[in-house]
Amino acid sequence: MLQVNSISKSFRGLRAVQAASFAVPEGGIVGLIGPNGAGKTTIFNMIAGVFAPDAGKITFVDREIQRLRPDQVCAAGIGRTFQIVKPFAGLSVLDNVMVGAFLKERSSAGARRIAAAILEKLGLGAKRDQPASSLTLPERKRLEVARALATRPKLLLLDEVMAGLRPTECDQIVAVFRELNRAEGLTILLIEHVMRAVMALAGRIVVLHHGEVIARGTPDEVVRDKAVLECYLGEETEV
Amino acid sequence: MKILEGVPRRGLAMLAALLALLLVFPFFASGYLLAIGFLILYFAYVGQAWNIMMGFAGQLSLGHSLYVGLGAYAAAALYVHFGLSPWIGLLASIGTCALAGAVIGFLAFRFGVAGVYFAILTIAFAEFARIGFDHFAWVRGSSGLFLPVANYTENDLWNLRGSPRMFYYLMLGLTAGAFVLCHALLRSRMGYYWLAIRESPEAAQALGVNIFRYKMYAVVLSAAMTSLAGVVFAFYYNNLFPEQIFHISRSIELILGPIIGGIGTLVGPLVGALLLTGLAEGMGELLLALGVDVPGVKQVFYGICLLVVVIFLPHGVWPPLARKLKLDASGK
Repeated sequence: MLQVNSISKSFRGLRAVQAASFAVPEGGIVGLIGPNGAGKTTIFNMIAGVFAPDAGKITFVDREIQRLRPDQVCAAGIGRTFQIVKPFAGLSVLDNVMVGAFLKERSSAGARRIAAAILEKLGLGAKRDQPASSLTLPERKRLEVARALATRPKLLLLDEVMAGLRPTECDQIVAVFRELNRAEGLTILLIEHVMRAVMALAGRIVVLHHGEVIARGTPDEVVRDKAVLECYLGEETEV
Repeated sequence: MKILEGVPRRGLAMLAALLALLLVFPFFASGYLLAIGFLILYFAYVGQAWNIMMGFAGQLSLGHSLYVGLGAYAAAALYVHFGLSPWIGLLASIGTCALAGAVIGFLAFRFGVAGVYFAILTIAFAEFARIGFDHFAWVRGSSGLFLPVANYTENDLWNLRGSPRMFYYLMLGLTAGAFVLCHALLRSRMGYYWLAIRESPEAAQALGVNIFRYKMYAVVLSAAMTSLAGVVFAFYYNNLFPEQIFHISRSIELILGPIIGGIGTLVGPLVGALLLTGLAEGMGELLLALGVDVPGVKQVFYGICLLVVVIFLPHGVWPPLARKLKLDASGK
């Protein structure tokens, strides 16, 4: 479904991403992991259209998208969350999600219905009339997901939505993603540091280090990969 | 009616009462009070128009006198030179102002001019017009454009020649229309997109909002609405001077209402205009009655009002007032 083909990006001489390639199959859940500064969020931003790659191609459902603006990428069917959450703080939780729902639904009543249903699914139903600024950080992360889901994406990009969540909260949201993937065929690409979540969710994992893909495979293959152990999982697995 | 859906009953009742009060006001008011009533409605209207850009879409314009002036000059010049009715002239006003807004918006949003830099750009265009019109012979340059004045025995609505009462009702119609329009916009997809852009442009864009397009809609609509106030202004006062109508103090004056009343709220511009104009004029009257003739007392009062609101009511007068009256603070 998503094909990332040898994309590179430099910021003032700093090579953030170096000829990275990977694919996300339709209906799959792929995890993108790697140490801080490995270029994960840069890759996300290139897919989402925040900036264009210096070289390489990104194809989504047979369409090149590396030159599109973020709103065009969203309209093409890719929803995203932000690692540093960006709620519409002055609006209610419901209104936040309605903005997303308006992508495919013109009427306010329809958008409100879609938004309310998604909030229920993510356990924010009781907070729908509160201002988004009153939410706790874990709730704001769920709001990010709710807003992105409201655009009815085919592919959802999740940027560290489990970070900072307690294990039970983490399991809850993992269950939500599993259900969306199973019942609605939602394809997911996630950046995540919480290995518990990645191992539970992802069918395939891509490991980045210094902007390059150093390993890819099933979770079991990746955790046994020598290069991965050295640069990323090392200390954790030795314990 | 669909447009009334979800509006609190109390709010509706209060609005109806206010409208009734404003409708009968001219029958009891003196000429002076009627003039103040007109001014309040005028500021409520332009405040509402400005609020679309700043309060809804989050784009600060400090040059709205440009649209008042262009709108006023376009209709007035067509009337003076060709005897065209202002109802036809206002089409030229709307067109000119929409175009001016589109040019400013395009330059700013296409090249990423935002925040204070955008505000400065809007000032620059208003100043450009002020100086340009000073030398624009067709509209008599700096010596001013005057509309023919005569004693009218009856109101000529088609040519907007008539009594202050006619202008009062015209302005009331515009203000009420703007209120209803903004109410409808706020509940529409466009309104939601504007608020999203105001709160976080990046997040809005990630949700599929074409932020360039929606910011352009806001500027063009705001400019076009403001131009109508300019038309009424021209035919009410019958004289236009570039030095006055395009002056930056006029731009500031018209944004004070919504700021005091509550930026981004529907009722804020109304409340702000009522407070500022009503109290400033009342203060002038009071001081006059007391025999105190201090120049600039109105400006001092403005300053004090702004200070008090900024310190104690950072979101304007309306949101806390709305909570007191048990109405939705957004004025929906």
